[in-house]
Formats: sequence, structure tokens, C-alpha cells
Amino acid sequence: MAQRYEIRFSGAGGQGLITAGIILAEAASIVESKYAVQSQSYGPEARGGASKSEVIISDEPIDYPKATIVDACLAMTQVAADKYANGIKPGGVLLIDSDFVKNVPQGDFKVVQIPIMRTAKEDVGREIVANVVALGAMIALTDVVSREAGEKAVLAKVPEAFIDLNKKAYSIGFEKVKEALAQQ
Amino acid sequence: MAKKVALMQGNEACAQGALYAGCDFFAGYPITPSTEVAEVLSIELPKIGGKFIQMEDEIGATAALIGAALTGAKALDSTSGPGMSLKQELLGYACIAEIPCVIVNVQRGGPSTGMPTGPGQSDMQQAMWGTHGDHAAIVLTPASCQEIYEETVRAFNLAEKYRMPVQIQLDEICAHMRERVTLAEPGELEIINREKPSVSPADYKPYDATKGMVPPLATYGSGYRFHVTGLNKAADGFPTTKAELVDAEERRQIDKVMFNLADIQKNEEYLLDDAEVILFAYGSTSRSARYAVNELRKEGVKAGMFRPLTMWPFPDDRVAELSKQAKAIVCPEMNLGQMVREVQRVAQGRCTVAHIGRVDGEPINPGQIIDKVKEVL
Repeated sequence: MAQRYEIRFSGAGGQGLITAGIILAEAASIVESKYAVQSQSYGPEARGGASKSEVIISDEPIDYPKATIVDACLAMTQVAADKYANGIKPGGVLLIDSDFVKNVPQGDFKVVQIPIMRTAKEDVGREIVANVVALGAMIALTDVVSREAGEKAVLAKVPEAFIDLNKKAYSIGFEKVKEALAQQ
Repeated sequence: MAKKVALMQGNEACAQGALYAGCDFFAGYPITPSTEVAEVLSIELPKIGGKFIQMEDEIGATAALIGAALTGAKALDSTSGPGMSLKQELLGYACIAEIPCVIVNVQRGGPSTGMPTGPGQSDMQQAMWGTHGDHAAIVLTPASCQEIYEETVRAFNLAEKYRMPVQIQLDEICAHMRERVTLAEPGELEIINREKPSVSPADYKPYDATKGMVPPLATYGSGYRFHVTGLNKAADGFPTTKAELVDAEERRQIDKVMFNLADIQKNEEYLLDDAEVILFAYGSTSRSARYAVNELRKEGVKAGMFRPLTMWPFPDDRVAELSKQAKAIVCPEMNLGQMVREVQRVAQGRCTVAHIGRVDGEPINPGQIIDKVKEVL
């Protein structure tokens, strides 16, 4: 991967998508020693509103720190899908939360649908780890870092008491996408 | 042992750089997009016996900065445009009283409250001329998290060495993005501390420049008693209106910087050897410019970039040379024309000087730069 690879996490403020971006950037730049830049944009409100976090990963130093046209995009809400799922590269990938994004963006990219929030709540047991489910899913979808590097970065970020919960969330997110891809 | 690396924001890297440089005092007032500098130091300074003070406002913060610096502290203050406007009076005080300290301005949209969460580079002339009166300024413009870390160390070194305030001009983009930063080992980067007086308290004069352009600075509370004022003063620190003394002091305070440009100025030159069109860029915008240079080179356009890391004092001599070599110098900035004025002044019509300005809270993207370069060539 000499070329820059761009990933966008989008959804509602408070869903932990900036954290998901930070963990991915840590997996790439600290665990795998690649180059990564993570950035975000958000409005003045602390929760709600559309939120996005972008990560650029490359084998070479990264100049322009913002996403141009992304290789992969996650949209957790309809608002985010409408607002941020437009700039995806031809042949790119889009992951959506199928419970919340009913109007699926159309384009020359692959769409994978998973009920991310519901998976976090029912399969993992806590809605709060939806961002880690989404991160596992995005890593499975893009192969931009290894499964192990992603898990290592997740576990380095969470307090001792929540390691098992996050491990499970990451793993289920990862597996769900692999299953969805196998069915396509 | 492997070096310590961490993914961190530009603002966090700034705080870490300050700690490495020996910063033991922070005074400030929180303001987006600079608050993480204060946040990190509010956690870290108490651990090393330093002091963190959130003051009642930005003016009080800079006043505290000056007081702390006089007691020997290495003092830092961070803010953004609206706060920087308030600090101008105290910045001038730090200039004339020759107080070593560092002020970080994380630029956002303006004027006034502007766009708190959007990036800007529109305080660049303010950094030089915001406070009234003739004075020298040292203003640094790093562009990556690693560079912010290292340049913050350099800012403290310059402040201590030249006994004056040094400003670091960041912008919201490089302050809030996260990149890997390799933290320096103790002793790896040079740390400069201010020169202390070698004379006895009875013989000490705080502005005695007979032995050099930067007079040694005594520490309040160490037995040295001296007068500090914002008035023009004589060598003993007390006010004077004697024309020859005022003139000599005014000039010395500028000359101590202008006679040491080689030590203070720092630039990056990227693919300039055969460049016909030169991008003059700084801060996060320079990252778009580098991308544009690489794309233009692929198309056979002889493009290069000149990137000041010390913006003030302005690199007059080098820009003048480049204006003889280039057909055009293009200045992308997140403002409506600030540093381009300096490029025009120095180029004196020897080449085309063009500007790309943006103040809508969005970064200048490489495509905009490429289009402009093709337009001017």
C-alpha cells in the first residue's frame, strides 16, 4: 500500500466515531508503523448532529491531511449517509447500519449492510461499543490493517474492566462483515 | 530501547514539546481550537511540581505569564484569535520589558468570534504587528504533529536565548489532526536556558547591554531587586525620556533579532533547484502545497515549495533570491492576503506573485493550487 488509503467514519455525534478513527490510526501508525493521519469535523454541539472522522493511511509520509475522495466509508445514520457517502472512489466500499440507513446511497461502490447498533446491543450486550463493532467491521471490509493490529489498538485504548466487552465487540463486527462478504 | 511513540493531536504535541523544553508554568483561558494544549498541561504540570492557572480571562493569563517568567519559570500560554486580540497589550509589555515566554495561537476563522471550529491563517500579520509600537517578533509556523513538538522546544529556546516573547502560530487543522510523534529522549534535543547575571545584586542592571545585545535576566526572589515597566527605560530599568537612551534601547530590542537571523530563521525548501513556479506555503496549507507540487511534477511542471518555519522575522533575503529564479510565486493561505503582501514587497515585481485565499472554514485543497499554478504559468 504505497498509495494513500482514505477511510471515513460518519454518524451522529456521541457515537464514538472519532474514537474509532483514532484507534484505526493507532493500529496503522503505532502497531504497524505505517503513516497515518486522523482528523475530524464536528459542529459546536457535543452530541447529536452529523459527525465524521477521517483516517488516511499510507506507506509514505502523508501530505494533505484531509480526505479527498475516500476508499471506504461508514455511515451509521441516514443523515450521515446523505451527507458523507457521496465522495467514495469508484470501486470503493460503503458500510451502513441497515437499521438506520433505509435510503441506501447509490454509486459505483460496494455496499455492505449490517445492523451495527443492534449487533452491539443484542450480540455484544452494550450499545456503547457500537463504534468498536463498526471498527472491526471496517477493518474486515478494507484489510487496511491486520485483524490483530486492530484488536491490539482497541485493547490498548480501553480500561481493564472493559477488555472482554471490547474484544467481543471487535470480533463480532469483524465476523459479521466476513459473513456478509461471503454471501455477496 | 525503542523510542517512545504516540499518536497525538498537534495541540497535545505542543504541550509535550513544552514539557520537554522545561515548561513549568502555564496560564491561559480555554478557547477552541487551542484548549487541548491547556488540558494536557493541567494534567501534567502538577506531576512535575509546575503550576497551571486558568485565569479570569486572556489578558490576566498573559499578565500571569509575564510575572511567572520573571520568577524564573519557563512559561506558556495558548489561545486562539479572540484571545490573541486581548493579549496584544501584554504582548507589547513582554517585548519592551524583554520577558522570555511562549504564546501559542491556534488560528481559527475571524474576525471576532468568527468560526470557532473552523481553521484559519488570518492572524499572520497580527502576530507581527498586533501590538503597537516598533518591536521585533519571532513567530514559528510548524506543519505536522512531529514538527509542532520540536518547534515548541525551539520556541522556548529562542525565547530564553533572546529574552523575548515567541509566538507559535498553529491552525485548527494541524492542531486537531492526529499523527505519530516520536518523543525525544532526555538530552536528545538542545535546551537553552536564559543567561543569569554574573554580577552581584547591588551591581545588577536588568537592561545593561554593554556586554551583549541580550542582557542577563535575574530571577525575582533570588535576592536581585529590579524595576520592570512598560515605559521606555534606561539600563537600570527605571523610566527615561532621554532621547538617546530611548533610541538606543528601541533599536537594540529589534537588532537583537535582526542581527541573528541565521540563528532564528528556518525554512524548508522542496524541489526548488530548477523550480519555475514556487509555492510559498506554511502551516497545514503547506501540506496541500506539497501534494500539489508532486502532482505538478508528474505533469512536467517545474514546481517547488518554499516553506518558512520561522515566519517572522520574514525571510526577506531568500524570498528575494527566489523571486529572481522563478517565473511565479503562488501563496496559498487561509486568509484573504496576508503573507503574500510580504512576498510582493520582497519580490519587487521581479516575478508574478499570485494569491489563493480561502476563509470559508475549509482547507485549501491541492486541486485549487494546481489550477492556480496552471493559470499563472
